[in-house]
Amino acid sequence: MTDRADKLIIAGREFSSRLMVGTGKYADFQQMAKAIEASGAEIVTVAVRRINISDRSKESLLDHLDLTKYTLLPNTAGCYTADDAVRTCRLAREAGLSDFVKLEVLGDEKTLYPDNEELLKAATILIKEGFTVLPYTSDDPIVCRKLEEIGCAAVMPLGAPIGSGLGIRNPYNIRIILETIKVPVIVDAGVGTASDAAIAMELGCHGVLMNTGIAGAKDPIAMAEAMKLAVIAGRLAYRAGRIPKKLYATASSPIEGIIE
Amino acid sequence: MQIIVNGENKIITEMSLSGFLESIGIDPRQVAVELNREIVPKSSFESKILHEGDRIEIVHFVGGG
Repeated sequence: MTDRADKLIIAGREFSSRLMVGTGKYADFQQMAKAIEASGAEIVTVAVRRINISDRSKESLLDHLDLTKYTLLPNTAGCYTADDAVRTCRLAREAGLSDFVKLEVLGDEKTLYPDNEELLKAATILIKEGFTVLPYTSDDPIVCRKLEEIGCAAVMPLGAPIGSGLGIRNPYNIRIILETIKVPVIVDAGVGTASDAAIAMELGCHGVLMNTGIAGAKDPIAMAEAMKLAVIAGRLAYRAGRIPKKLYATASSPIEGIIE
Repeated sequence: MQIIVNGENKIITEMSLSGFLESIGIDPRQVAVELNREIVPKSSFESKILHEGDRIEIVHFVGGG
């Protein structure tokens, strides 16, 4: 049984699901909506882009998301400077319903690694303007500490590069970050399959954010459910407290009373 | 007069921002608008009159991670 009191709290807001999902890369909006439903996520990320003014025939993403059910988390994907990221967040707040933003400032196109210097600059400005900032960052305990110090509502270190599906490449860094940081730690990026999500949660992370791991699967709706269960299982295992790892065997059955 | 909308030139008659959005079939509830790099709050769409050379950015939410 899932402990009902075990809520994820970000900036005073309570969430029952610890899985956050993206809305990109799906075959169509119907598939996206079904996958999000199957994931049980309550926070969904979206991107901010220019509207096509010459062709208004296309459907809108928001027509397929029940905003009474989901909290939108607009991202600043594609921004390479603090200025562009801040500008995007201001537009996102105006287009949306809340001041939650997933702040990412990228360093280069090949790795999509964060430019942490620009990230800190952007986060400082946005927090002054009243935004609730959830920054995508590298798995660097010092950068995470600085992000917390300036007032970010969570830190979101990558498990591996965006869309790589390589899993949690440095669990030791994630552990150090968890020991250092008091705000929620959410692994963002790199999750390839259910066990990756479970590992993040077993380490003690407060949540996991993913897009490609679900949308890129052969059956995104089934993978969404797998991720939901993995996050729940990982969280329960973390709270249950795992046994220590030992080199040699310890018998599970009693030694006494063995027939001779 | 000419304005630039999302990088494209547009010829329009004098009108308000909300009139312009309506003329190109945009639901103002689902977008955010920048006029000459300043955010225009939705409450000002009606009163904001467009001028020659204005640069407008109209954005909305799309799928992303």
